[in-house]
Amino acid sequence: MLISCPFCGSRASEEFTVLGDATPRRPETPEADPEAWYDYIYLRNNPRGRHREFWQHVGGCRAWLVVERDTATHEIHTVELARDVARKRDGS
Amino acid sequence: MRYGWHSIVKQAFGGLACVAPAWREPEPKPAYDVVIVGGGGHGLATAYYLAKEHGVANVAVLEKGYLGSGSVGRNTTIVRSNYLLDGNVQFYEKSMQLWEGLEQDFNFNAMVSQRGVLNLYHSDAQRDAYARRGTAMRLHGIDAELLNREGVRALVPFLDFDNARFPIHGGLLQRRGGTVRHDAVAWGYARGADSRGVDLLQNCEVTGISVESGRVTGVETSRGRIACTKLGLATAGNSSRTAAMAGLKLPIESHVLQAFVSEAIKPYLDQVVTYGAGHFYVSQSDKGGLVFGGDIDGYNSYAQRGNLPIVEHVIEAGVAMLPGVSRLRLLRSWGGIMDMSMDGSPIIDKTPVEGLYLNCGWCYGGFKATPASGWCFAHTIARDAPHALNAKFRLDRFRGGRVIDERGGGARPNLH
Repeated sequence: MLISCPFCGSRASEEFTVLGDATPRRPETPEADPEAWYDYIYLRNNPRGRHREFWQHVGGCRAWLVVERDTATHEIHTVELARDVARKRDGS
Repeated sequence: MRYGWHSIVKQAFGGLACVAPAWREPEPKPAYDVVIVGGGGHGLATAYYLAKEHGVANVAVLEKGYLGSGSVGRNTTIVRSNYLLDGNVQFYEKSMQLWEGLEQDFNFNAMVSQRGVLNLYHSDAQRDAYARRGTAMRLHGIDAELLNREGVRALVPFLDFDNARFPIHGGLLQRRGGTVRHDAVAWGYARGADSRGVDLLQNCEVTGISVESGRVTGVETSRGRIACTKLGLATAGNSSRTAAMAGLKLPIESHVLQAFVSEAIKPYLDQVVTYGAGHFYVSQSDKGGLVFGGDIDGYNSYAQRGNLPIVEHVIEAGVAMLPGVSRLRLLRSWGGIMDMSMDGSPIIDKTPVEGLYLNCGWCYGGFKATPASGWCFAHTIARDAPHALNAKFRLDRFRGGRVIDERGGGARPNLH
């Protein structure tokens, strides 16, 4: 599997470390509804098809990325900087 | 037909004309008391024990492909009960005991081979952890022996004992552990269930689950609608997808685990051996090939194939442990899809939907659990309450903080 890092270009997936599903949102405060924490920590949609996940380019620039990958075909659709995704989401 | 010496003699003289198919190919009935989704080891075992232990015979098993085409046909055949934590210890020992009587029970040769499972340790800390595990096992009446270096050398002399980074100091041995012919497990349970009246429906994919006012009423399938009073999901690998049809979101991710087999060689390795310094386990099949595997690929996958980095990683660990295999050729590799649960332990439970039961989250240890999983799931479905052996494998344990985290890895599906 090749992942196209925005800084380093197309690199083999073993240069990266994967840290799972990028869709769960961490609750704002420790005091948030326990159900929200349960959902964030344990529950997953686990789709067959397009899936957004965190990969870090540890063997290169060390940037955190959000990769959209197909879990049935291993095809990679998009690669974005996790920072950009967070800024877009928070509107800053 | 009952298999035994008399049937062998009869067939020897009668040609193969009298060999009957091991199970029927029935048409789906419009309704069943219990429908089990998933014709793998766990689903078939569940149907078998439903009929045999609970007298529930109006049962159908729905399989989207052919029987045993999922993970029961894609694993490394190891059985063991060397667990540490309360809940796991009792459950896996029950499974071990069922393995020991399985062939007599379902009258089918599953090639149960108690050749021993040896876990190597490489440091004082690891030895202490294995001593603790072995003690926990023995407190529950399960066999365990802590071997020193010479004890291991006597069993497996060709390991790399003097590896500069990870010298082998000893191992934890469970002699009752071993291997079982995995396809035969599916076939034996299928045949046993069929002969007790269970309908095994192949090429029957479930596309929807009907729920009316909080209660399951049936399933939509590629072979039409089938009504049922109780519905059991035993669809490991695809549990999130089947549970979602009933509106449930699970603490599970699907990951691929690869396994490998080498070309056949003469008898070489008697036991199942696992490497404590890296993730690697190996045994020799009765055909002579070395069967081995290692870590999951580590990212969500529904593809029944893996990627090359793990192939390299597994083989590096294998050659570090057994340098003598470095010139063997790899015959083939395959990948099975695992339900990785968030604490590394399975779920066998009722669900918030009435009449819907769940059997999932086996991570990559589902094969050894097959008999006890079917046993407990059948009990849970028939009695509408968990058996004492699966009372801790509840779905709500995550919400309540009663996780069973054998590895101590925390809430990470890709760590177990």
